[in-house]
Amino acid sequence: MVSEGLSVEGLSFGYAGNAIGEAVSFALKPGEVMCLLGPNGGGKSTLLKTVLGLLPPLGGVVRIDGEDTAAWTPRRRALSLGYVPQSGAGQFAYSVAEMVLMGRTAHHSAFSPPSEADRVIANEALIALGILPLADRDWLKISGGERQLALIARALAQQPRVLILDEPTANLDFGNQVRVLAEIQLLAAQGLAIVFATHHPEQAFACADRVAVLHNGRLERQGTSDEVITPETMRLVYGVEVDIVPIDDGRLKMCVPRSWRS
Amino acid sequence: MPLSLGLTALAVLAVVAFAVGAYPVSPHDLFVALGLTGGASVSDAAQTVIWQIRGPRVLAAMLVGAALASSGAAYQGLFRNPLVSPDILGVSSGAALGAVLGIYLSLPVLWIEAASFAGGLVAVGMVYGVAAAIRGRDPVLVLVLTGVVIGALLGSGVALLKFLADPLNQLPAITFWLLGSLASFNRTDLLVLGPTVLVALVPLALLRWRLDVMSLGEEEATSLGVDVRLVRVAAIIGATLMTAAAVSVSGIVGWVGLLVPHLARLIVGPAFARLLPMTIVLGAAYLLAVDTLARTMGAVELPLGVLTAVIGTPVFLWLLARGRRGAW
Repeated sequence: MVSEGLSVEGLSFGYAGNAIGEAVSFALKPGEVMCLLGPNGGGKSTLLKTVLGLLPPLGGVVRIDGEDTAAWTPRRRALSLGYVPQSGAGQFAYSVAEMVLMGRTAHHSAFSPPSEADRVIANEALIALGILPLADRDWLKISGGERQLALIARALAQQPRVLILDEPTANLDFGNQVRVLAEIQLLAAQGLAIVFATHHPEQAFACADRVAVLHNGRLERQGTSDEVITPETMRLVYGVEVDIVPIDDGRLKMCVPRSWRS
Repeated sequence: MPLSLGLTALAVLAVVAFAVGAYPVSPHDLFVALGLTGGASVSDAAQTVIWQIRGPRVLAAMLVGAALASSGAAYQGLFRNPLVSPDILGVSSGAALGAVLGIYLSLPVLWIEAASFAGGLVAVGMVYGVAAAIRGRDPVLVLVLTGVVIGALLGSGVALLKFLADPLNQLPAITFWLLGSLASFNRTDLLVLGPTVLVALVPLALLRWRLDVMSLGEEEATSLGVDVRLVRVAAIIGATLMTAAAVSVSGIVGWVGLLVPHLARLIVGPAFARLLPMTIVLGAAYLLAVDTLARTMGAVELPLGVLTAVIGTPVFLWLLARGRRGAW
């Protein structure tokens, strides 16, 4: 039986001669969201880039819908894997619409211009993220939050099966953080398998089916947020004493550092 | 719309270029000789000026300007840096060293051009290789500094060849060539320059959509489905071939590859599909205007490279002062 979705088996990652992590395994079905937690410099970005094929794996296999991706061309990869990087400002004053249209790159050959259908799909992505009014704005002049939403729109225009987001809420204000998380849930409901890295355990409680904690190069814990986000895990990984506080009659939990409560 | 305006300006400039200089050709004579309008037949002298002297030179100025400007636009996208240009990346110095070596060895024109191309390619390879090896610093700064350093190294090679060259025949040729000029341009040069520039434009024109994605950086471009290495190699070969072809006939004509793409970007934005045609037209117009000035300003012809530098330096400083806040 071919397993649908993303499956990572015994992945070792890092740079040649400098392994950062090893034996990372997880599997994600379409519609599932996995939240990747871990301390700064713990290798979250490196792991995600290896899954994306931007870095060659030092060992192990990444499968999509059961197929080994090792020999895939960048174009084949881009048709299945969407990537939302941490937003940089960039150098050139593309419009937001042009930037989102670049998400269609893998869908046409190297020499052909984007088609009318590509423009429609890019436009729909802008509408889905609620940023159609930004379409003609200059990429260099919009806010970090707006850029992040546009990068998600670009990945959406790519129409991938798996979406990987590297700290999509970093540098965002509270409102935009909430908006991005809502968008992640919405995309999962449409059948995307989603992995996102974050620093906020609350986000895992809010929208992740699964949580994995990357610590010292290994997936230290993996499971539902209730199983994984415990005072023990937080102490081990971040060196912080926390209480897990139920709110909303236990339907949601928050992770509160003890030092804040004294 | 801006493009047709640019084309109109280019056409007007071309007519002006024929109408001024040592032997002025009136617009009427020009149009008749080109078969655009009927009228009294044109004198043999005017025919000779149009077909043998002024015509090739006007075409050469346009080709060199278009080549330097569009290669600059391509490098700026590829290296994700609006401040790079064939000059700053050391391509010009490498191409110059190759061409000077060709002159020193008294090679035929085609071989000088080949040596120039090889020099340019080696220079861009060295700059890119060294900059890629130096990690953990501001990559833009590293790239520009590496270009300056490699350029200086290649410049010392040029200096050595000047020192070794025959002071009566070769040295004046080399010196004159290094200052940049189209004065000695002839129809044979055109047969080499024209096809080379057109062929080198092909990869840039074909890959115009991919070049936009490339300007997002290696990782993002790959994640969007671009075969980064392939596109980079094809575009660098195209841009370097154009630079080398231009440098081998005109000598060092600086700043065009830096300024013109900026100007074009201010008018049509950064998307390469619109930027490339605009850059070609503006580059052609700019160098035609400067070359016409060089021909007509003084009693003797001024070196082209000197004029472009005099115009280019203040504009470059203005760009630096604007910093990254503005739109490139």
